[in-house]
Amino acid sequence: MNITLNGKIVFLDKKMMVDELLKVTKAQTPEYVTVQINNEFIDKADFGITPINEGDTVEYLYFMGGGQ
Amino acid sequence: MEITNEQMERYSRQIILQGVGGKGQKKLLQAKILIIGTGGLGSPASMYLAAAGIGTIGLVDFDNVDLSNLQRQIVHSTNDIGRPKVLSAKESITAINPDVDVVTYQKIVNAGNLKNIIKDRDYDFILDCTDNFPVKFLINDACVLLQKPFSHAGILGFKGQTMTYVPGRGPCYRCVFQTPPPSDAVPSCKQAGVLGVLGGIIGTLQATEAIKYILGLGNLLTGYLLIYDALTMDFRKVKLSRNKKCAVCGEKPTITKLIDYEQPKCEAKR
Repeated sequence: MNITLNGKIVFLDKKMMVDELLKVTKAQTPEYVTVQINNEFIDKADFGITPINEGDTVEYLYFMGGGQ
Repeated sequence: MEITNEQMERYSRQIILQGVGGKGQKKLLQAKILIIGTGGLGSPASMYLAAAGIGTIGLVDFDNVDLSNLQRQIVHSTNDIGRPKVLSAKESITAINPDVDVVTYQKIVNAGNLKNIIKDRDYDFILDCTDNFPVKFLINDACVLLQKPFSHAGILGFKGQTMTYVPGRGPCYRCVFQTPPPSDAVPSCKQAGVLGVLGGIIGTLQATEAIKYILGLGNLLTGYLLIYDALTMDFRKVKLSRNKKCAVCGEKPTITKLIDYEQPKCEAKR
């Protein structure tokens, strides 16, 4: 199935939960990434029980702390 | 307040813009903007806001200018090494535009003083140009609690991000990033490096948002996180929704006063 991840079409060969998606797509510091699916924030506690569905728009939002 | 002939000439290129005019220029001259952090983001932001004729600019920074700052912190010069950043920045922006009343706060921002700094001149808009998460959350919470609009920004490596909070008009920073990451869990610029121009690009976007807010022009980055990647030259606007469970602006807020989170050890002295 295809999803849109961070603006790009990504093919997934099977159904999976958010935590597995973070792993297979090699998200940096996955424990501190905010995940949005179809414009809804997913609770970190629900990463293991929230499925990714065909056509979902998924965004990884990373902490960016620099500025000085 | 009347615009003088000299001001008319100084600001002529923006006064002729549709939506600005003399009326808009007066709004800018009467505006009060607080810039927290006078480094990579705060340098260009303060210089452009001063040049645009923002009447009052508050600058907050406890630090002194260091040689390693000069690769990106363009409001400071080589001659300023060792001097307080707020003084160096004040001199630079006053040289650009003596019209600006520059207020300096040489302080470490914390839960005890931030609200008072914002209330000192009843600033209209706040720029988060800081480099660490404890203060970024502090600024967010203070602005939500005081119902003040602010621009968040962060830069790291070849990337940057920015969003604008306006009370009642969209999500806050905490809606997106619930709580600061543990100290040193996420790399800082000191550890991971940053391309100097990133501060220029993102800090200038913050200044743009502040000017638009004051003038009431266009669409702000409320409800969006703008993410910039210098390597691919992609600007992406990610739509954000409000988080009903947000601890400070959600339906049942649990944060009603400011919290001092622990500063990462490698940054604490900066």
